[in-house]
Amino acid sequence: MKALQIIETAYRATIEEQDDTVVWFTHAMRGAGAELAVVLRAGAVNYALPGQDASGLAFGDWRQTQPPRIAGDVAALLGRGVPVYVVTEDLRIRGLAEAPLVDGVKCISDEQLPKLVEEYDHVWSW
Amino acid sequence: MRERKTLTFLLMDPPYESARTTTAFRVLQVAAQRGYDIKVFAYEGAVALSFAQQTAHANAVHGRDAETEHHPLPKDWIAALMRDATANGGRIDWVNCGLCVDERGVGAAIEGVRRGSPADFWKLATDSDNTLVIPTRG
Amino acid sequence: MASYLLIESRDPFESKDASYLSDLAVRLAKAGSSVSVLLVQNGVFAARRGTHAETVRRLAAAGVDVFADDFSLRERAITATSLADGVKTAAIGSVIDHLAAGHKVLWH
Repeated sequence: MKALQIIETAYRATIEEQDDTVVWFTHAMRGAGAELAVVLRAGAVNYALPGQDASGLAFGDWRQTQPPRIAGDVAALLGRGVPVYVVTEDLRIRGLAEAPLVDGVKCISDEQLPKLVEEYDHVWSW
Repeated sequence: MRERKTLTFLLMDPPYESARTTTAFRVLQVAAQRGYDIKVFAYEGAVALSFAQQTAHANAVHGRDAETEHHPLPKDWIAALMRDATANGGRIDWVNCGLCVDERGVGAAIEGVRRGSPADFWKLATDSDNTLVIPTRG
Repeated sequence: MASYLLIESRDPFESKDASYLSDLAVRLAKAGSSVSVLLVQNGVFAARRGTHAETVRRLAAAGVDVFADDFSLRERAITATSLADGVKTAAIGSVIDHLAAGHKVLWH
């Protein structure tokens, strides 16, 4: 069984959770042997950018010691054999058409998305 | 006779925050009435849906006391659907993401709810006829 | 090819991304898949006659069956006579029908 994760919500509670919880969930399922792929669309295309930095948050004498490292988590998914795609139109309208992306992330157009959707047994939107 | 199916659902929304919760329960109810084998994986805020310490309240704006107000408590919805599923020859296996429970402090869940992990969700989905993920919004 | 039920829960006027699901539905239909769209919650605002949202017209033109959840419609005072052409009312059990039939069901 293969599942395609379409992730569009970005930076939702990522500081409190220290992760994007869907990227994290994907890692956890992969650890259980799941065959998965990820499409980053809408705001979540930003996850494919190196240089995201959420470090340094403090409230009173509380300091965040483990900020989310989402670009690293995306790279790690690729390292575990999970293909990661990013939708080009969503990059373009966000001024990211020429932006360098995490190594290994593949670009896919809106036109190509249906073909990818068809290839997977399950398609889960997040 | 309708063939009995096994369906898995993943929910993310906490109680009282989104119309998705009500819609999800309406979908679950149909599956329960059909006597299906239903698996629910509650992720993130949805782990609070089964929190046993939800308490109804009065509504002073409408002049209703707690009894009259009869405030919906999602934990009661879950229990009712579990009874419904059982009565129709099916069941609901409600699994809360354990880490999500811990960080929210909602470990006291109603009877029949258990803890699990994303690996459990994958297994539930693998063993089901189909799976629906109902995402939350940022 | 697979059959699809795409569930649109969002108000068509809520964001510029509101057309994503209907775009996907149209592309899947053009590729030969059987596609239905179910509007639920504020997604049924696209089903009101006279709306400026193009959702229903585009979907119907592409051969996508468009349904609107009966409870969501009633909740928002969208009656049968105020339903846009091309939209049929559906019970929420249709989601279970599609799942039970093995269709791919996506929620937006």
